[in-house]
Amino acid sequence: MAEMQYLVSVIFDETSGFATPEEMTAIDAFNDGLRAEGSWVFAGGLASPDTATVIDNRGAGEAIVTDGPFVETKEHVAGFWIIEAADLDVALRLAAEGSRACNRKVEVRPFL
Amino acid sequence: MTEVDVREAVAAAHRDEWARVVASLTRRFGDLDLAEDAAAEAFAVAVERWPSDGVPPNPGGWLTTTANRKAIDRIRREAKRDDKHEAARMLSGDDPPEQLGVVDDLRLRLIFTCCHPALAMESRVALTLRMVGGLTVPEIARAFLVQESATGQRITRAKAKIKAARIPYRVPSADDLPARVSGVLAVLYLVFNEGHLATSPDADPVRPHLTAEAIRLARLVRVLVPEDGEVAGLLALMLLTEARRTARVSTTGELVVLEQQDRGLWDGELIAEGHRLVRERLATGAAPGRYQLLAAINAVHTSARDARDTDWSQVVALYDQLVRLDRSPVVALNRAVAVAELDGPEVALAAIAPLGEALDGYHAFHATRAELLRRLDRGTEAREAYDRAIALAGNTAETAYLTRRRDELG
Repeated sequence: MAEMQYLVSVIFDETSGFATPEEMTAIDAFNDGLRAEGSWVFAGGLASPDTATVIDNRGAGEAIVTDGPFVETKEHVAGFWIIEAADLDVALRLAAEGSRACNRKVEVRPFL
Repeated sequence: MTEVDVREAVAAAHRDEWARVVASLTRRFGDLDLAEDAAAEAFAVAVERWPSDGVPPNPGGWLTTTANRKAIDRIRREAKRDDKHEAARMLSGDDPPEQLGVVDDLRLRLIFTCCHPALAMESRVALTLRMVGGLTVPEIARAFLVQESATGQRITRAKAKIKAARIPYRVPSADDLPARVSGVLAVLYLVFNEGHLATSPDADPVRPHLTAEAIRLARLVRVLVPEDGEVAGLLALMLLTEARRTARVSTTGELVVLEQQDRGLWDGELIAEGHRLVRERLATGAAPGRYQLLAAINAVHTSARDARDTDWSQVVALYDQLVRLDRSPVVALNRAVAVAELDGPEVALAAIAPLGEALDGYHAFHATRAELLRRLDRGTEAREAYDRAIALAGNTAETAYLTRRRDELG
């Protein structure tokens, strides 16, 4: 069966700070592992939500530009991986390693 | 063949073959939803056809074949409609004939899928009862006192998640196995209890096909992890409870409590097997978990030839260990029942007093209180407690028993 793709979102909550050098090293090692076993698709870190801009061009007039994230929450997505895995068990195992490496909770969600 | 015979044959086939049909179709089509619908359709065809055509010599095979055909029909219809070539692709290749071991393995896979930790506990229970136990949505809803529509949605959502997130249909890898097994045990225990003491007034008070299913599945899991103490413990607990089944409900449909049961009716073989498992676990010297302690308590009860010979100090000692593992008020309540035998009803009544807030909506709390008050000759309070217990109890045998006990107060 074809591989599935999963979005592994890194959740930033009140207990999180900026990534420490140790965490960065662990994340690099985890990424190398993903590449070596062919599970790597993409990964990236995101700047904080207050750098976000919302744009809405559904209306008839000009696009409406708003400063800030579309929803204010205590938790937000600080980064993500897109991984390939045979099934959810494999994805959860990788996500558990990722959570350990970046020292944050992660959410696993399948792509359609 | 009479109409009654046919009805019984369909019921027996449903009990024995439902999980097998669902499991076999899930393997073939990789789709729980389709497997469930096709299995249900196959049983509907059986209800329609067996009265005139007769019951086929191999009902399970007949049902699987019919369900397969229904599933293929549906895939073809949908493929035509949606041009889903991928769905049609799954039709290639015929199933090899299934050996008994293969069937057991398929059922095991089905249960691990239904009990996957990515699903909420309530969903696991509902899904296992539907897919593996063959209960209908209304039955499951009644069993757990939730709205039918909520149960239906829960099952639908769980199936959709299994499909979208690709929760696998297989026995987990060795690394994941211990955690996954303990999740399965929690589900099996709930299923067993629902069979052992149905919570709904519309259900039969005891549903042996549910207890039998839970036992059968526990045996399967045990083959997979023979060294796991809690699997052995849960199996022993179920066997020692099941052994008393026929003695637990009187011919008039009333619950018979442990001390009044005709111990001659107990199933000696099941008790011997349960005791053997408990002894095996004791011999390992490993610290017992929750199910092993519950099994040990039941082993003490079933070792007494007469209720008066029960070693209550041993029972209380085991409950003391259990309370340390499981702080739930229900365990504390059960411990108090044993304490009443050892230290008298007054001590037990004091022990359950602090549980009143947590267990106010639990019939067994009021029933226990009623019995203790009765023994203390506090008739008026006992009557009130019986009234509360009767209002809350759903099991018909239990309601009948409690009503008689209350009316005896005069």
